[in-house]
Amino acid sequence: MSAVQARRVGAESLIVVPYNRVSAAAVATNMILILLGCFFLLPMLWMLFASIDSNPDWAIRLPSPTLANFVDVLGRADALSSFRSSLILAGTTTVVTTVLAVLAAYPLSRMHIPFKRAFMLAILFASGLPVSMLIIPVYQMYVTFGWLDSLYATALFLSASSLPFAIWLMKNFIDAVPVELEQAAAIDGASTARIVRELVLPLTLPGIAVTAIYTFINAWGAFIIPFVLTYSPDNQPGPVEIYNFMGSHGLFKFGDLAVFSLLFSVPVIVLYLFMSRYFSGAFNFGGAVK
Amino acid sequence: MAVAAGLGPRLDRERFQWSSLVMLAPALALLGVLFVFPVLYAGYLGFTDLALVGSRSRDYGFTGLDNITRMLGDYVFIKSSWLTIIFVVGSAIVGQTVLGMALAILLRNALVSVRAVIGSIVIVAWVLPEITVALVWYAFSQAGGTLSILLGHTDTNYLVAVPMLIVSLANLWRNVAFSMLVFSAGLRNLPTEVLEAAEVEGASAWRRYRLVVLPLLKPTIITNLLLVTILNLSEFTLIYAMTQGGPGIETMTLPLYVYQEAFVFHQLGYGTAISLVLVLIGAVFSLLFVRASRSQV
Repeated sequence: MSAVQARRVGAESLIVVPYNRVSAAAVATNMILILLGCFFLLPMLWMLFASIDSNPDWAIRLPSPTLANFVDVLGRADALSSFRSSLILAGTTTVVTTVLAVLAAYPLSRMHIPFKRAFMLAILFASGLPVSMLIIPVYQMYVTFGWLDSLYATALFLSASSLPFAIWLMKNFIDAVPVELEQAAAIDGASTARIVRELVLPLTLPGIAVTAIYTFINAWGAFIIPFVLTYSPDNQPGPVEIYNFMGSHGLFKFGDLAVFSLLFSVPVIVLYLFMSRYFSGAFNFGGAVK
Repeated sequence: MAVAAGLGPRLDRERFQWSSLVMLAPALALLGVLFVFPVLYAGYLGFTDLALVGSRSRDYGFTGLDNITRMLGDYVFIKSSWLTIIFVVGSAIVGQTVLGMALAILLRNALVSVRAVIGSIVIVAWVLPEITVALVWYAFSQAGGTLSILLGHTDTNYLVAVPMLIVSLANLWRNVAFSMLVFSAGLRNLPTEVLEAAEVEGASAWRRYRLVVLPLLKPTIITNLLLVTILNLSEFTLIYAMTQGGPGIETMTLPLYVYQEAFVFHQLGYGTAISLVLVLIGAVFSLLFVRASRSQV
């Protein structure tokens, strides 16, 4: 571990441009980054400023501060019910997906299963399939089952569509836990149930947290699946509600729209910050295609 | 030998355990019913004339290659396919990869404070829900919006004037953090010896990046290309929420056209057939990238 870190630190200092020699390049680097940063900041800034502006329009400008927009949105029944729908949808999807993914990933990582490699490749392929293809046959099936406009049935399809990637992610996390610990515990006479409970679960908890949070963030933002599979106003989750408000020109004030999407975005950003503590190693994809 | 036989089955070879099937069963059941079956069902529906309403919603049947013939003569389908390729190549393959790598390299060389602030802003853009991104970019590009003020044409609605460019930029804005993170990790994992050698030999920063770093990053670049292509090919929410495919059909990429045919024009069979073409395009891109990754060194 320390050798790896030392190597990384070494690489870092090698590539860093020495400021005393080429300060022009250093100035240029930081200036370009600040300009790029403005490109990323400006669109978001509109949402922040408009949410507390008493009379906002499409442009960014310094607000004449008010909390009236927040009071407005928090008093709207449609806004509140969409938060409830989003919570049910994303919560159910997260529980179902995470539990099934952990259960499936453990044997895929640790046990001998015929055609395991083919299965993992199929899982990877499945996670790349477009939802816009699956949604048509699933819509047809839901009509047949009488499952349309049910939040829990919709969450079930959301779970199925996020499960392949969750299994893949979870298997990689379990793979990273050294199997020797489990073997040692087995030799010492621990039962499988005890090994899983006292060794595997605690060691893979960060991985489980990442899988759960990743699934929740995706389900929280999911649009086309609830858009097609639910129709009654009470069942519309946040994204569909925001889309409807965007289309209803004039019925929904700019300030309220900004507040609503701001409130809707906050949980996801908080969860991401929490997750990123464990997430640093997840982007080492180099050569993963082979 | 006799002793070994008394010990039961060999323990040095892994055997299939039924418990693994029990643990896999719930996931397999859910995937079977709501993933594998729909995929197979789509493979059938794509060759039928199923409709959402009317007589063809019950009395539908296998129509052979009719849907494919129809596609070849469908002006909207042809245009939609081109738009999809323009969107994926422009916004994802070129835009996201080039800007993502540029950001990764620049951030490495930036002041610590600049790195922390700019890096976080780019990542927040990626973490925001897609519908929020659609809304803030909708606001940004409207007549009287921030973009029109910056460019000095306050009466121009850029979402109408250059719709494909705006949705591609919005998509780039949202997704570039992914490539940035992939390339940052790739850069961190480069072998230091080679870079040291290049620096000792007196290679300029530009030459170090072009002749040493870039070739070493090739596996990372190919993985990044594969992932961003697959993710962006099926992009629906951002474009649909901003334009619904309009004005006219100027931003009607294939996922939007699938939705329109299936759920607006009620042509479930034809819509499914188009979605199969989308999968085919994804498969072709993936094969190209996998072959490119095999040809290295």
